[in-house]
Amino acid sequence: MTLALIRGRRGALAGAVLLALGLVLPLIPGVYIVFAIDLVCFALVAVAFDLLLGFTGLLSFGHALFFGGAGYVATILIANGVTSFALAAAAAVLYALVLSLAVGAVAVRRSGIFFSMITLAIGEIQFFVVFQMSDVTGGENGLPISTRGTFFGLPLANDFAFYYVALAALVLGTAFAIRVVTSPFGAVLAAMRENEVRAKSIGYDTDRFKLAAFVMSGTLAGLAGVLYAVGNRFAGTEAVDWHTSGAIVIMTILGGIGTIYGPIVGAALYQSLDFFVSKTAIGDKTNLVMGLIFAVVILVARRGIVGELLHLAFERGPRLVEDEDAPDRLIVSNP
Amino acid sequence: MPNISAEYLVTQIFNGLVNGGFYALLALGLSIIFGMLRIVNFAHGAMYMLGAFVAYYGALSFHLPFYAALIVAPLVVGLFGYLFETLLLQRLYDLDPLYNLLFTYAAVLVIEDLMKLFAGALGSPYATPAGLDGVTNLGFTVYPTYRLFVIGVCVVACAAVYVVVERSPLGARIRAATEKPELTQAFGIDTRRLVSGTFAFGVALAAFAGVLAAPNTNVTPTMGDSIIINTFAIVVIGGLGSILGSVTAGFALGVIAAVGAVLYPPISNTLIFIVMVLVILFRPAGLFGAAERRA
Repeated sequence: MTLALIRGRRGALAGAVLLALGLVLPLIPGVYIVFAIDLVCFALVAVAFDLLLGFTGLLSFGHALFFGGAGYVATILIANGVTSFALAAAAAVLYALVLSLAVGAVAVRRSGIFFSMITLAIGEIQFFVVFQMSDVTGGENGLPISTRGTFFGLPLANDFAFYYVALAALVLGTAFAIRVVTSPFGAVLAAMRENEVRAKSIGYDTDRFKLAAFVMSGTLAGLAGVLYAVGNRFAGTEAVDWHTSGAIVIMTILGGIGTIYGPIVGAALYQSLDFFVSKTAIGDKTNLVMGLIFAVVILVARRGIVGELLHLAFERGPRLVEDEDAPDRLIVSNP
Repeated sequence: MPNISAEYLVTQIFNGLVNGGFYALLALGLSIIFGMLRIVNFAHGAMYMLGAFVAYYGALSFHLPFYAALIVAPLVVGLFGYLFETLLLQRLYDLDPLYNLLFTYAAVLVIEDLMKLFAGALGSPYATPAGLDGVTNLGFTVYPTYRLFVIGVCVVACAAVYVVVERSPLGARIRAATEKPELTQAFGIDTRRLVSGTFAFGVALAAFAGVLAAPNTNVTPTMGDSIIINTFAIVVIGGLGSILGSVTAGFALGVIAAVGAVLYPPISNTLIFIVMVLVILFRPAGLFGAAERRA
């Protein structure tokens, strides 16, 4: 089971190791603090994305909507005189919540590849609105802010202070995601993913469960986007661009969907690779490398890095699988 | 409502038909591929871009004339698509179709950045072919001849594809292989080759559209980026897998977006997506989807 990594004592240990790495990351020589902030923000949005993709099977290609959109809302508020970061963040996360409720209500009417195409297309609406409202958003130049505001009296101008606030958000967000997927609600999601018709036939309104997962994921992605934009003191159009949605998909799958901790590893790897590749001769054409790696992952390692490791560790023995010819009978197989 | 002259409105409707022609060709290829393979080709916009670049470099290096490029580029890109399908994509058919979407997305990233390295991120202009570079007097307005040519070629190409798929023996085999692959195979038809051929044909259509677009826009590595998302919205509206739906929605949305932009300019880029949302709310299977799709 993919939950093997987050349950029980093993889960506590894995979480503690990741937390320790997070605590020392900005102290490691050679690690830029702004890089560390970005890494933590993308880790949080990847966890949020896993909550949706890993546990409902819905592949959103529009999470830049919430990530980038909430980042703009917080930045706009701070640029217009809101000094409390907490207030700006709360308003921005509320925006992500309402937006994900609206988008989800439309998109969950279709599943599979249609869900992906629809979320992708809806994401473009906000992208163009950002350009349109250039007097508020700065249009294609983006919107820089001179301050990050204060967090309950604590000034966030210090990059290290901000990093640890972001890390705290990642810890809380991850704890929330683990709580959700190990709850009875998570069990219903698992049942739906295994067999949606069966879940429906025992009385679950599966569309509502999908929508709930979508809203949780979108809202958490919004929080990540707020930290990213305010951390960089800048809201830019590339955060609402569909390529960012695609990057979130890659990070999550690279780490391993349905493992919660895997996407954190995936985001860290993606950000590090992006950083090192951009220093080479190919410069900003880092998608060349990302695309090749992602293609290889899709071809031969679809469980992602952490997922494949878990598979090696826990699923080598015989297990019960469904007999395709007699669907109501389970057989023992040794893959 | 702003004061609009009839001449301006008609010109915009023609511009809408030009865009609609590109949407129709791309949506058509996407639909044919989906009908046969049950996958959505994210790289369709990249194939469109490659088509334009084949025309551009063909002209630059080999003095390849535009009309020859209309044939050569689809052949080159179609061959590329054939190899892409048989060597890579085929390995993923037994899996959830989402993996095909993701794999073709990875291909977009690689192809685009390779072209950026090769051709530079900035665009290059492609000369309008001689004989089509003037304007034509339509009586009520004058309009660039090349754009009229594009509208005509798109309509003819879409009609030809429709006839081939719906009325010819080859189309019958393709439709049979779509409906019942095992049974079709049992009749001695090589469905594997039919599948690869269909994919190659779909992306060749995208390349054809790319050549047509070359004199109309700048040829850039990212020219397929925005058009593929518009095309996704259009196939959702028209009903993916429906040939008639894709072509109709392509032309209709081109015109609707153009007219919408005249009435309320800020909406020009988003109208297609807003229409898509409305269609999903009222007809989730798409306008032409219910009749043709079983799923």
